[in-house]
Amino acid sequence: MTQISVRVDGASYADDVEPRTLLVHYLREQLGKVGTVVGCDTSNCGACTVHLDGESVKSCTVLAVQADGSEVTTIEGIAEGGELHPMQRAFHEKHGLQCGYCTPGMIMASIDLLKNNPNPSEAEIREGIEGNLCRCTGYVNIVRAVQQAAGEMSSTAGAQA
Amino acid sequence: MTLTEDPTTTADGPAKEVGNARLRKEDARLITGKTTWTDNMVLPGMLHMAFLRSPVAHATISHLDVSAAKDRPNVVAVYTGQDFKDEQGTIPCAWPVTPDMVNPGHPSIAVDTVNHVGEAVAIVVARTRTAAVDAVEAIDVDYENLPVVLDMEEAVKDGADLVHASTSSNTSYHFVFDAGEAGTGSDTDAAFRDAEVTVSRRFVQQRLIPAFMEPRSAVVGVQGDNYTLWSATQIPHILRVMGALTTGIPEHKLRVVAPDVGGGFGGKLQVCPEEILALLVARRLGKPVKWTETRSESLMTAHHGRDQIQYIDVAAKKDGTVTGLRVRLLADMGAYLRLITPGVPALGAFMFPGIYKFPAYRFECDGVFTNKVPTDAYRGAGRPEATFAIERIMDELAVELDMDPMELRRKNWISAEEFPFTTVAGLEYDSGDYEQATQAALELLGYDELRAEQKRRRESGDPVQLGIGISTFTEMCGLAPSRVLGSLSFGAGGWEQASIRMLPTGKVEVVTGSTPHGQGHETAWSQIVADELGVPFEDVEVLHGDTAISSRGLDTYGSRSLVVGGTAVVKAAEKVVAKARKIAAHLLEASEDDLEFSGGKFSVKGTPGAGLGIQEIALAIFAAHDYPEGIEPSIDAEAAFDPVNFSFPHGTHLCAMEVDTETGFVTIRKYASVDDIGTIVNPIIVEGQMHGGLAQGIAQALYEEAIYDADGNLTTGTFVDYLLPSAADLPTFHTGNTVHAATSNPLGAKGVGEAGCIASTPAVVNAALDAVRHLGVTDIRMPLTPERVWRAIHQGGDGGDRAAEGSNAYGGARTTESGIEEAAQ
Amino acid sequence: MIPASFAYARPTSVDEALQAIAAGGEDVKIMAGGQSLIPVMRLRLAAPETVVDLTRVTELRGVREDGDSLVIGAMTTHSDILRDPLIAQYGKLIAEATETVADPAVRHRGTFGGALAHADPAGDLPAVALALDAEFVIAGPGGARRSVPASAFFVDYLTTALEEGELLVEVRVPKLGEGWGVRYEKFNRVAQAWSIVAVAAAVRREGSTIAEARIGLTNMGSTPLRATATEQALVGADVSLETVTAAAAQAAEGTEPSSDLNAQADYRQHLARVLTGRAVRAAAGL
Ligand SMILES: Cc1cc2nc3c(=O)[nH]c(=O)nc-3n(C[C@H](O)[C@H](O)[C@H](O)COP(=O)(O)OP(=O)(O)OC[C@H]3O[C@@H](n4cnc5c(N)ncnc54)[C@H](O)[C@@H]3O)c2cc1C
Ligand code: FES
Ligand code: FES
Repeated sequence: MTQISVRVDGASYADDVEPRTLLVHYLREQLGKVGTVVGCDTSNCGACTVHLDGESVKSCTVLAVQADGSEVTTIEGIAEGGELHPMQRAFHEKHGLQCGYCTPGMIMASIDLLKNNPNPSEAEIREGIEGNLCRCTGYVNIVRAVQQAAGEMSSTAGAQA
Repeated sequence: MTLTEDPTTTADGPAKEVGNARLRKEDARLITGKTTWTDNMVLPGMLHMAFLRSPVAHATISHLDVSAAKDRPNVVAVYTGQDFKDEQGTIPCAWPVTPDMVNPGHPSIAVDTVNHVGEAVAIVVARTRTAAVDAVEAIDVDYENLPVVLDMEEAVKDGADLVHASTSSNTSYHFVFDAGEAGTGSDTDAAFRDAEVTVSRRFVQQRLIPAFMEPRSAVVGVQGDNYTLWSATQIPHILRVMGALTTGIPEHKLRVVAPDVGGGFGGKLQVCPEEILALLVARRLGKPVKWTETRSESLMTAHHGRDQIQYIDVAAKKDGTVTGLRVRLLADMGAYLRLITPGVPALGAFMFPGIYKFPAYRFECDGVFTNKVPTDAYRGAGRPEATFAIERIMDELAVELDMDPMELRRKNWISAEEFPFTTVAGLEYDSGDYEQATQAALELLGYDELRAEQKRRRESGDPVQLGIGISTFTEMCGLAPSRVLGSLSFGAGGWEQASIRMLPTGKVEVVTGSTPHGQGHETAWSQIVADELGVPFEDVEVLHGDTAISSRGLDTYGSRSLVVGGTAVVKAAEKVVAKARKIAAHLLEASEDDLEFSGGKFSVKGTPGAGLGIQEIALAIFAAHDYPEGIEPSIDAEAAFDPVNFSFPHGTHLCAMEVDTETGFVTIRKYASVDDIGTIVNPIIVEGQMHGGLAQGIAQALYEEAIYDADGNLTTGTFVDYLLPSAADLPTFHTGNTVHAATSNPLGAKGVGEAGCIASTPAVVNAALDAVRHLGVTDIRMPLTPERVWRAIHQGGDGGDRAAEGSNAYGGARTTESGIEEAAQ
Repeated sequence: MIPASFAYARPTSVDEALQAIAAGGEDVKIMAGGQSLIPVMRLRLAAPETVVDLTRVTELRGVREDGDSLVIGAMTTHSDILRDPLIAQYGKLIAEATETVADPAVRHRGTFGGALAHADPAGDLPAVALALDAEFVIAGPGGARRSVPASAFFVDYLTTALEEGELLVEVRVPKLGEGWGVRYEKFNRVAQAWSIVAVAAAVRREGSTIAEARIGLTNMGSTPLRATATEQALVGADVSLETVTAAAAQAAEGTEPSSDLNAQADYRQHLARVLTGRAVRAAAGL
């Protein structure tokens, strides 16, 4: 067992974990952050995507011990003050989800994409979420959602500047 | 784009919800992570199950010692097939397609022989999942190999090795539909004898894996002799009946709940061995248990789909008029018959004639056992196979006759005036207009410009060639009239149930027997009820997926939910209004006949303004202080609906495809489709269903294939080798609709869940062939891997078999020993 | 799945790391980004006794200049590479190949050194390193350092010149500046997948002739390979479609690629020729 302390969605946690515990299992089983899910065992599907110190990672391919001292943001931590994140709203408004299983990871990957490229082209969006598989939507509406969020987020960013 | 005038916007009367692009109610929890996936469930004292699975395809278990695993820390129990052999029964098969179908039985856990890689051999039950998984490695097991049967064409030969020693051959059944004999068509042999032209082909429908994103999961709670099974299933109602029959738990002591379910596509239309075993283990230990599969476990052991060899012959006149169709199938059952394994190809039997007026038709199918995981429903179930075969061979016939492939189709399809039309397979197609959909699709694609570009590229010898593929299809949806199912020996009916509860505050609960897993029932049903009862959309809550709440139902598959389940909701609402009418008449002191109901309000004809809302009536009848004598104090109602016919969505799908002749790489340039799915309740949801179906149908054509090596190991055992397309691999789809209401249900809906998946596969393959046919290519086997396309262009043939070895990522991980093993180097 | 149990060490310097490796017992695995190692451990294809995690060894992370060379720390992540100004200026071939590796989330964790030490023949960076004649700086027990050329580093399938107890510290590659054109031509079936075949080409033109050509092949054998015959045919030749096509036709000479469900050996060889032609044409500005 190794002692870790980690901030997840704004709250601090201190726990003993086995080094082999994957971050996603720690989030789900020890912290009850079940919004983040597991879809594969080869790091292909992206369902488990969270932000670790502000960057998207596949939380099934990071050990919980590696998050020691870090800040983790999950799908449960991006709505602020009861307001949905623009990306969450866009997924809803553009029907970017059906069963919703890929959605937490897809939203977290999409937010990361816009952080690095606030005005992506359609091709850049498609490549930016290539690590996240969706079996339901055929991706067209996911792409539209990311486009809508990009428009909104860059205009509010512009207004603030 | 919608062509026909939207039938839902009426000139007068309140704005309708049906037809409205309502955003989905179910999204709120899904986009915030506040979901209830089965694997999220934690019960006090819950134990975890992990399986030891067979690494060999066919063997007797010669030695099995679990004692070391039992001694591992935190392990509570370890079971083998011997422990459950007397109580596990057999996984049910609800569809004996012929009276003499051979069903060798399907144990949930192997007792003395294993028949496919991945079959459960032992179960570890432990305090944590980690402890369970660790202890699996301590189990000592030896196998004595038996000959492995993999190839269907070999398996049906005389003297072939047998999958099941208890049977006399590997053929489970021989199913025949002959239109001549059935009286729905003329003699097929004569049609071929007299034919001016015949074309014969052998097509391969590769094995596919449904690959829903949420892995299967089951949790069993125990309360005395009552059990609750939470499962990531499409079919809680069917699972309850079958689970009770299989385990002997009385049906009234078994509750099944499907909480949020992350996709199914037919893959969760099953009574899974693991669900049965979870019940048996929970009963044995009197403790709650959980099982959640890993992805590699899922790919290896959840049922697969498709896997047919199709021999198809078409007879025609020189002018292109088709005169006969003959289909022979070998359908791979895998090692066992699961819930509707044998029925999937039989369901397709009626769809091979497609939209064409064949006078003669004969269909034969052999269900064949092999040492692979069983096949069963996968999106479209039988109909994609049929559509593929007919749409591919129509192109081949066009080539043979040197006709334009669209002209050939046009010459033979049912024209708009001919509906309703009874086909050679005996089905009555309800409504549609193939020409209209086709014209719209041609425009949407920009057909003429693309044909011109194709010509330019061909003339200049461009290494990248362009092709356009066509699929004009129909499918049968709205499963199903119960009597028809009965005539096909299906073990259940095809009705659906709904009830509506009017709460005192005027809010409405709708209970549906259709269990969604991503389709948006909560939203669509709310729209229907809002219209029927004239209540606000927001005031409706849709309950589903729990047999304690929705006691009767037949769940979601076969594009049936809206058509059958939605109609049941309409019927229940009509009953609510009828009951409320009596009370309204009483309270308004008017005769029932003088009341009209509009916008949620009863009013006396000729005196608008005054009146009584149905939500007020709900409160009045809750108080029940003043209501007519002789009726019950409730306006709640329940209804079951059994359709009298299927519905027949149709559409025209066009794919423009670029083929790099130097590498064989194919790229979809543009995809356009126009579908007629009848009345559209929610255009956003419809578009989404189309997109998702297209992605899956295209993926069959281009990417997906479950491959077994010569020993029966699944080499596509992870997402590294079983390729699902990502956003970067698919184009934007251009979709549209025409609207011809279905005639078999009051909503006029036809069903949309499978259309994209059924129609797109042949359009894509036809497009690739159209691009390279002038280079001598006549067929390319699915999926169109670059290697196959390249070989077909440069070496002839259909591209041939792929090598069976997995790719070397992760050391060529493949499913063998208890999940995964490194490829031999 | 869940990895088998292991002991875990998280050193903060190279010296500490070497000690942890030495003390880790029989079966020690070094973990860089974990993007290959963790999946392999989850599938229980690897079950090391000890994992030595390098993510906190900051001295291993980053890119610097040293005369005519770029020096890339083993723990520099793929996304570090893509953001690095020195790489953008002198290491375009590395950047092009790195962009094709996996997906953004994997690139946030996966490292340059890890990808090379892993030596997956389908991995994209080994062929680039080989084409560039990279020098691998390796630290051994006690801290002694040695340098191994790329031609000797890749020994076999998933096997490198790294000995037990050793650690890859950094990789030196020549700066490719003025006059060099590059192209990484990758062929795979879906965006996220490993290469079926890929070709890394760097070409230096002097006027209308090719002065230097470096071509590395991905997944054409158990190790990355150089397309030596093609390189030789190109050097001194005119920059023309004909010479490039003729030279590319020799790209598969001496290769023994594997056959798997994505491609059989003969098709891989064909791809190598086609992709080499494309890569060289692009690199030469044709
Ligand atoms: C979904 C997915 C797709 C991918 N696609 C591609 C792709 O298209 N192309 C591609 O090239 N790669 C691909 N990868 C692999 C990716 O590039 C990995 O990042 C890389 O192979 C390993 O880097 P790492 O830092 O994660 O190494 P790790 O996984 O930590 O280690 C890999 C191996 O190298 C050893 N090692 C690491 N660092 C050192 C060191 N400093 N000294 C000695 N030994 C060391 C480890 O012991 C281990 O054996 C993919 C990975 C995933 C999960
Ligand atoms: S669960 Fe993490 S990538 Fe699939
Ligand atoms: S919405 Fe179901 S997997 Fe994406």
